Amino acid sequence: MHRNGPIALFFHGLVVAFVLAPLVVICLVAFTPENTLSIPTTSFSLRWFAAIFEHPDFVQSFYNSLWLATLAATISILLAIPAALAIDRYDFPGRDALNGLFLSPLIIPHLVLGVAFLRLFALIGATGSFFWLVFTHVIVVTPYVMRLVMAALSGMDRSAEQAATTLGASHWTVFRRITAPMILPGITGGWLLAFINSFDELTMSIFVTSPQTVTLPVRMYMYATESIDPMMAAVSALMIALTAAAMLVLDRAFGLDKILVGQK
Amino acid sequence: MSGRRALTPWMLVSPAALLFLGLVVLPLILTVILSFHAYDHTSGIQNSFTLKHYLTVFSDDYYLSVFWRTLRLAALTTLICAVVGAPEAYVLSRMSDPWRSVFLLVIIGPLLVSVVVRAFGWSMLLGSAGLLNQALQALGLSPVRLLYTETAIVIALVHVMLPFMVIPVWTALQKLDPMVEAAAWSLGASHFTALRRIVLPQVSLGMLSGSLIVFGLSASAFAIPGLLGGRRLKMAATLVYDEYMAELNWPLGAAIAIIVLVANLIIMLGYNRLVETRARRALG
Repeated sequence: MHRNGPIALFFHGLVVAFVLAPLVVICLVAFTPENTLSIPTTSFSLRWFAAIFEHPDFVQSFYNSLWLATLAATISILLAIPAALAIDRYDFPGRDALNGLFLSPLIIPHLVLGVAFLRLFALIGATGSFFWLVFTHVIVVTPYVMRLVMAALSGMDRSAEQAATTLGASHWTVFRRITAPMILPGITGGWLLAFINSFDELTMSIFVTSPQTVTLPVRMYMYATESIDPMMAAVSALMIALTAAAMLVLDRAFGLDKILVGQK
Repeated sequence: MSGRRALTPWMLVSPAALLFLGLVVLPLILTVILSFHAYDHTSGIQNSFTLKHYLTVFSDDYYLSVFWRTLRLAALTTLICAVVGAPEAYVLSRMSDPWRSVFLLVIIGPLLVSVVVRAFGWSMLLGSAGLLNQALQALGLSPVRLLYTETAIVIALVHVMLPFMVIPVWTALQKLDPMVEAAAWSLGASHFTALRRIVLPQVSLGMLSGSLIVFGLSASAFAIPGLLGGRRLKMAATLVYDEYMAELNWPLGAAIAIIVLVANLIIMLGYNRLVETRARRALG
């Protein structure tokens, strides 16, 4: 009885085509044997994927981004779990203000964060440092981690914790043996979401990276503003493939709709 | 003992709190101060303070035109996202399961693909020798100039922002019992009336919060205007980048960034109040 009519399905088809068009085109053009951006019709070639490895700056940026995202997501988890525990389980003065502060990077445009970090780093002489770049990314991804960990904490059944406490377990034991395993899906989902967000971040990073610490999105942006050749399509296709793989893992493990939709 | 218990939350929260105070609050304060510093083209940032940058931004036609374009394109993007995203969420919610999950993934999955990649995809499609024009010529039509126009920026912004509209509308629709709509039909309401009286009030709440996110993100978008607007068509974010990286006038760039931040916060808070009032009225 809840069938979509032909008009609804036609509309749906148009929306799906619109959403997929640029991604499909990138994946096709990446395999072109020509020197120009064109969709291969007669033969496919991997030459533009090979061309990536003749650009050591792209390879370097890929490793920069990989390290950066891994470190930022991990540090963010380590900071967010105790903070989320404090906010979810305790009542203390300033609790709401701190909660707001931890979520604030969601409503401060990344552009403004980038400009602000640049000023701070110029004053303390930290411009171009990879160490500080990691912490700028920690700031940007922590709200996502906080939301997922908080959702896991407030959604869990606390009777097992109470039973363990009654039986004499210490705070730390209760956390390690009961709480942590129960909120593990939230932690893992938060880590992956943080990793992806850090790996893709452009607007803030473009202000705070130096030639040595340029991340992959910044490198691609710079390259695309100057020249457009099929190598950009090959790099983009690889990024789409990586994202799709991460998406499938996320979806199998937790349900992507839960992570992306249920994060409010 | 009670003293230790009162300290526990502080100890848990302090590492994150210190980091956020040092890397969010402090840099923002420094940027506000920077925006009042005088600037000289030969000797750089001066140690005296002035309101000149804010006055320049609000009186110079060039800056005003960029802000006007930013507001206009962000509003247009929000409108198109609402008109396309809300019905799409409704269509999705009426699908049955294998297809529903698959298409939900297709619609919101691109959220995780880097925005540079998506902007690049559109520049390939819309370029003067791009695939759209190749298709037009193959059909015997004359090519159109799309890349480096406002149209191109809006198309790509809608593509990037659509999931942010579909998600809240979808969430709102999940709360609606499908039987209520069926009940309306069985009581003699037409499909249109049921849609208008039952589905639309629910959808409009989701649309309001979706619009807020879409507008805020579009107004501060960087990669899309940077890659699809070219050197001429600036929006607020690309303007700030220019002031910082090309003109090296940091105080002026900081002033524009602070204006973007304040405008964003005012719109968010004002809109939030509107959404709350509406929600209260809708719930009686």
